[in-house]
Amino acid sequence: MADKLIGQNYTTPDLIAKVTGKAKYAEDFRVDGMLFAKLLLSPMPHARVKRINLSAALAMPGVKAILTADDLPAPADSITDAGVVIKANLFGEQALTNEPKYYGEPILAVAAVDELTAANAIEKIEIDFEPLPFNVDPVQSLRPGAPNPRTQGTAWVQPPPPPPGQPAGAPPLPRIEAIKWTDSEFADYQEGRLPKGKGTLEWSYGDVEAGFKQAALVMDETFVTPNTHNQPLETRSAMAYWQNGKLYLHGSTQSTIQTVPAVARWVGIDPKNVVVIGEYCGGAFGSKVSGAISMAIPALLSKKTNAPVMMRISREEEHYIGRVRTGFHGRMKVGFAADGRITALEMNVVGDNGPYEQAGDVPASGRMVSLLYQPGAMRFSGIAIVTNTSPRGPQSQPGGMQGIMLMEHVVSKAARKLGIDQVVIRRLNAPEGKATFGPANARGQRPNATSAFIKQALDRGVDQFNWEQRKAESGKRNGSKVRGVGVAVSVYSGGSVGFDGLFVIKPDGRVMVQSGIGNLGTESTFDCQRVTAEMLDVPWEKVDITWGNTSKNLPWSCISGGSQTIHAMTRAAHAAASDGIRKLKEIAAKTLGGKPEDYTVARERVSGNGRSMTLAQAAQKAIEFGGAYDGHEVPKNISIYTKASATALAGQGLMGVARDDYPHNGQTHSFVAGFAEVEVDVETGKYHVLDYLAVGDVGTVIHPHSLGGQLLGRSMLGIGHIIGQKDVFDQRYGVPLAVRFYQNRPPTILDAPQKMSWDAVNLPDPETPVGAKGIGEPPVGAGACAVMNALSAALGDDIFRRAPITLDVILTSLEAGHPVGEPLTAHI
Amino acid sequence: MNEDRASSAEQSPLHASRRNFIKGVIAAGAVASSASYLFRSTSLLGQQTAGAGTADRLVTLNINGQDRRVDVLPQDTLAMVLRYKVGLTGTKLGCDRAECGACTVLVDDVPRYSCSVLARSVRGKKIVTIEGLASADGTLHPVQRGVVDEQGFQCAFCMPGFVMAATGYLKVNPNPTRQELAHGVSGNLCRCQDYDKILTALMRGAENMRRM
Repeated sequence: MADKLIGQNYTTPDLIAKVTGKAKYAEDFRVDGMLFAKLLLSPMPHARVKRINLSAALAMPGVKAILTADDLPAPADSITDAGVVIKANLFGEQALTNEPKYYGEPILAVAAVDELTAANAIEKIEIDFEPLPFNVDPVQSLRPGAPNPRTQGTAWVQPPPPPPGQPAGAPPLPRIEAIKWTDSEFADYQEGRLPKGKGTLEWSYGDVEAGFKQAALVMDETFVTPNTHNQPLETRSAMAYWQNGKLYLHGSTQSTIQTVPAVARWVGIDPKNVVVIGEYCGGAFGSKVSGAISMAIPALLSKKTNAPVMMRISREEEHYIGRVRTGFHGRMKVGFAADGRITALEMNVVGDNGPYEQAGDVPASGRMVSLLYQPGAMRFSGIAIVTNTSPRGPQSQPGGMQGIMLMEHVVSKAARKLGIDQVVIRRLNAPEGKATFGPANARGQRPNATSAFIKQALDRGVDQFNWEQRKAESGKRNGSKVRGVGVAVSVYSGGSVGFDGLFVIKPDGRVMVQSGIGNLGTESTFDCQRVTAEMLDVPWEKVDITWGNTSKNLPWSCISGGSQTIHAMTRAAHAAASDGIRKLKEIAAKTLGGKPEDYTVARERVSGNGRSMTLAQAAQKAIEFGGAYDGHEVPKNISIYTKASATALAGQGLMGVARDDYPHNGQTHSFVAGFAEVEVDVETGKYHVLDYLAVGDVGTVIHPHSLGGQLLGRSMLGIGHIIGQKDVFDQRYGVPLAVRFYQNRPPTILDAPQKMSWDAVNLPDPETPVGAKGIGEPPVGAGACAVMNALSAALGDDIFRRAPITLDVILTSLEAGHPVGEPLTAHI
Repeated sequence: MNEDRASSAEQSPLHASRRNFIKGVIAAGAVASSASYLFRSTSLLGQQTAGAGTADRLVTLNINGQDRRVDVLPQDTLAMVLRYKVGLTGTKLGCDRAECGACTVLVDDVPRYSCSVLARSVRGKKIVTIEGLASADGTLHPVQRGVVDEQGFQCAFCMPGFVMAATGYLKVNPNPTRQELAHGVSGNLCRCQDYDKILTALMRGAENMRRM
């Protein structure tokens, strides 16, 4: 690619609106006659609604309607774009419930002329609850006789897929079973070690026992990672109204087009009747991947009242309903050869799943650890336990961060015991090229990565961070201060395939690019379209991007989550641009003579054989020729959403539209090496991160400013997990105690490292035409674990066995000479 | 009543402290800690609302250089008045309880959390919001320019608050060190971005201001 645009900084088209306050987020829209909704939240961690009397509330002046769980549509099956029916999960989350399973769960909603009236109406509602057994501690739930968090039991169980030979339809639905571990398995608990009961997901490869026998050092470490709330600055407020049978939903969502089927399912209507407006999303980190289930509430209240309804979600409500990262209890038994190579790994994890759908964190953790450290043999056992705490959802690097934190803790200790440099031990075990990972599939094949340049990232980091020199000073005390340097490696999946690109070259020569990608600040909405402009060789100033409103004919795009976008949608843009270029050449040949392959597209012209026409002229010709040239015929393999959008745009100019069906050998992953230096005051326990460097293996760099924001922004999110962020529950009453920023402590600017920098290896991934991989996930684990490892370099191995690592932990453990505090109790 | 006197917190009978205001709202009836964000948008069906009779409901607020006559109830916060009565939605509510700074505006050049300022207490003062920073011809304020040039934020929901806090701080200390400016905006939370990049953008803004 010519690289006129790719790899260059530019001002994204949304930036001026953001900086002048004109950018409209969900709560910034107003409609005449707009009502306001308030929620009645559960005051108990698990209960059944026995009786509701709404009459006094409904009689109040200004109260327009009340929505209860009985008004919700039944959980609906969904159909994927490929036509596969996903059966509805009858035990999954709904927007409102008569059986609240966590403190703060919405039970009903009141729509009134203003919020104060709605809140007063909620006070007038008589509601009787029958308290039910609850449990907020996942490991304690597994004890024999312990209360079950759900009436059905403790854990999600995924039934096995149909045996080979049977028709492969939709995956069977998971169910909740009352899994308990035995008292003898729990003997380890008293020793501060995670019991090794049976998991619901188990796999292995290689000869694990032989690997442990070969090992010069075997470590067996239990570690606990925090449950952290996603806490986007913008809560999941939403506003809805109906026009001509269509729902118009203004919401905060990571994805745009992908939010349409989700909202349709929650509201119980055809996706054709849903318009989602989400031009800007004020953060989410996985908590609003395709919007939020609570969006159904204003939508259904609006239908009931025949008036627009705004539901503003307060910060505390966001804490309850706004999604949480699955905290892990993990136990890693790791065998190391004398040179530091990992010979065998046994990984046992218990995930805190919250009350509803099975989170992907537990399965992801084993795969990521397997890829990142390439153990010679590995056995994984995981279980996700339902708890009566806020619903879980993805948070940047879901499962990967937790698994890597469990492992980084062990690798750091082992390197010190074996006398090996921390970079060397990670480099030695690092994957390269098409490295395999995880369990074998039904055909006996293990998946492989598309590329892995983590070794190059480590090498570059060693130079830039001045690792050798700083290492020499690490652990040396100066007065009450001691410094430590740490390194960590991290990985996560970095992109999907198979989505659509769509644009039209207009007869005035401008290129109208349609983007179905959400705009959550990563700028991939726009960055991916740089590929279109680069390939058409059109100046960026002549590209107009339409985004954020599904009534504006957007193509089917990947979800803007899980680091998928820059990979998936540069592929889609490449496919559409290739389609456009092919059509331009054909039009030139038809108009000017010769064969299409005689022509090239450059500098806004199609030229060949000494003849040439402008893109503007070609666009005019496309309209005259019609058919596929101007979108009157569209490819068969594109999504039904793209088909509808392309058809609506037909006749306006030359259309480029295509699905990404480029070959793709392997699963795309991106990597980060993180380096940190900390300074700890051993008399107060207070510490500060002096310097942090993230080096990414992100494939081809598309937009350096965006990339830097992702690398260091997600690193900061990770660092929060170490320096203080957590949630806290009263175990006895099941009530959350840290529900506001000042209690659950996301990092402030004064917590940030004094210096932060980033770099990228910038080697293209060979399995994708543009070479780019997503990078929203792996910086999280790199940031968290580099700081964690720097702390143990400064203070030694006997300070902590769970995160976050706060000053009281440091002080008391330093004094005692061993890690102090509850080893296994959750949510403390 | 003299506008200046009315705006003086200690002397005004209209003044209600944030604490009393919140207590009042809770007493007005909210369950399970959903109390924040409650507001009355209009006089409800012609009923008399609290505060009526003690003062005119229509007050004059000087916002972004313009006098605006606004229907303000005693319990209305400045943030809610800006967002729901004046239509200036650039001021964001991230927490509504003085924790995150997304609602920061300038009141007589001082950065204030507008979620925790009663609108009636700022009569006679000059209020500047994010919408009032750029010139009428669209020329960006130097701090805004710095943010654009460095692409200092991601989702940008916190951006108006940061920009207003920095602008206010730079009026007092036009040539700060990075650490000083970090302290100047330490009342603002960001969740997406690394703070380092934000600080770089705001320092660029400070440099732009000094060059003016």
